[in-house]
Amino acid sequence: MAHGVLIALGGLFMLPIFWMVSTSLKADEALFSEHIVWIPTRLAWENYAEALNTFPFWLYLRNTLVIALLSVVGTLLSCLPPAYAFARMRWRGRNFWFWMMLSTLMLPPQVTLLPVFLLFRSLGWVDTFLPLVVPAFLGNAFLIFLLRQFFLSFPQEMLDSAYLDGCSDWAILWRMVVPLAKPAIATVALFSFVWAWTDFMGPLIYLNDSSKFTLAVGLQYFLGRHGEQWNLLMAAGLVVTAPLVVLFLVAQRAFVRGITLTGLKG
Amino acid sequence: MTREQQRMLWGHLFILPWLTGFMLFTLYPILATLYLSFTDFRVLNEPRWVGLENYASLLADRDYFWRSVGNTLFIMIEVPLSVVVGIGLAMLLNLRLRGQALYRTLFYLPSVVPAVATAFLWMWVLNPQNGLAAPLNSGLVRLGLEPINWFTDPSTAKWGFILMDLWAIGGTMVIYLAALQGVPSHLYDAALIDGARGWHLIRHVTLPHIAPVIQYMVIIGVIGTFQYFTQTFVATRGGPENSTMFYALYLFQNAFEFFRFGHACAMAWLLFLVTLLATYLIWRVSLRKVFQESVGV
Repeated sequence: MAHGVLIALGGLFMLPIFWMVSTSLKADEALFSEHIVWIPTRLAWENYAEALNTFPFWLYLRNTLVIALLSVVGTLLSCLPPAYAFARMRWRGRNFWFWMMLSTLMLPPQVTLLPVFLLFRSLGWVDTFLPLVVPAFLGNAFLIFLLRQFFLSFPQEMLDSAYLDGCSDWAILWRMVVPLAKPAIATVALFSFVWAWTDFMGPLIYLNDSSKFTLAVGLQYFLGRHGEQWNLLMAAGLVVTAPLVVLFLVAQRAFVRGITLTGLKG
Repeated sequence: MTREQQRMLWGHLFILPWLTGFMLFTLYPILATLYLSFTDFRVLNEPRWVGLENYASLLADRDYFWRSVGNTLFIMIEVPLSVVVGIGLAMLLNLRLRGQALYRTLFYLPSVVPAVATAFLWMWVLNPQNGLAAPLNSGLVRLGLEPINWFTDPSTAKWGFILMDLWAIGGTMVIYLAALQGVPSHLYDAALIDGARGWHLIRHVTLPHIAPVIQYMVIIGVIGTFQYFTQTFVATRGGPENSTMFYALYLFQNAFEFFRFGHACAMAWLLFLVTLLATYLIWRVSLRKVFQESVGV
């Protein structure tokens, strides 16, 4: 009984994805047929090649990768020390700044959008990757919180013994805590990568020159110019989605850990 | 320098990256937005103080501003819907069954698809002539009912987005699943001995135990609705007839299409007040409890 319900609902959830794949393999003339065609009689694999040629896919892939990888590096460098200080160091002001950080978790990006835009514009950074990358080097409240939660689970005695050996906090963080926190670090790296990959509003606002677009903005541009070629659109959409699906399947545990540690949707 | 001061210095040095980001990208922009919301500020001129004029003109703007507020409140129906669907799916996925890992993956997968791709996938799925909505419509016509045109009809366009979002409910579902797995099994055992069955178990054991998570998700959901942007920007741009002009979209248009920075900042500040209120509510009803239990601050 439960299996029946799960299979029926699972089928319903998979239906749009199946439809996406099916459409991406339809020849132009099969696209607008009288009846629903689930599996096209001829699989038009050439749609994929055509979709990748219709917009500069490889260029956008490169742009997206540059931004996403720099974001991952920046996020790790800028989130680990604050997380350690909030979890493991005793200092005056810690609770104040920690609550301050938590209170920013809910803040919608629209609230800070314009002054941040004007700031970057006055620096001459519009149409560069800097507005999309530099903030990653300045911490992320969610991910600091996630790492802090993980650091709290380490036994205090272990850190105490390192202290007694004369290690500084800085050394303990990088030599002891970081190697032990690999699962949490993987989660943080994964989230910052996926956010950068799927971010839409940032690139939309800061990148005007179409040679600098990311995949997300490139897709929306594609839609604007080839709105009726649903087979090519679906092919392009699948190509942009596929790496995320692979990443999710490979790193499922890291995804779920991140979501459940912070109550934050991936 | 005393030890205490030294510790304090190091603490602040460790959080320096975040602290800098907080000052530059949170604190300063919130204050700047407040100031700019009292000015007439377009691209070329300097900000000129106009007092409450931006707020007054927004509050008098029925066709766009109030429409965007109304539309946003309308799709807030997603919040209770996602509680019901999210918990329902999580309960199914929490049963001890073979192949559960596969089911979990299936239900989570749609939420991995980037919002831009989700938006145009659903435009095609709900295309009334050639999409998956076509057989549904021919069925409706056969029953003597009107076909549904989804995104091209002002009366149904919002429901297209609601469906789209329920489809991508994976993240919410995983949070509920984790909450369900946190309910201690001895509570169920005790209730079973007391003769509780089915709905009674859910009502008196499961729901009270996951209540803080539900409250948290509801408030997060309300704030999230005000940020609803990418899907509508890609799929409808607010149309047809402004029926999908949501708050964040109108704010964006004021800022980057009409270049009415003053108006955009006034909208941003109103959004900030809503967020403050919601955060305060979270703090009151659940966050304090959740954090004290799990964080130990």
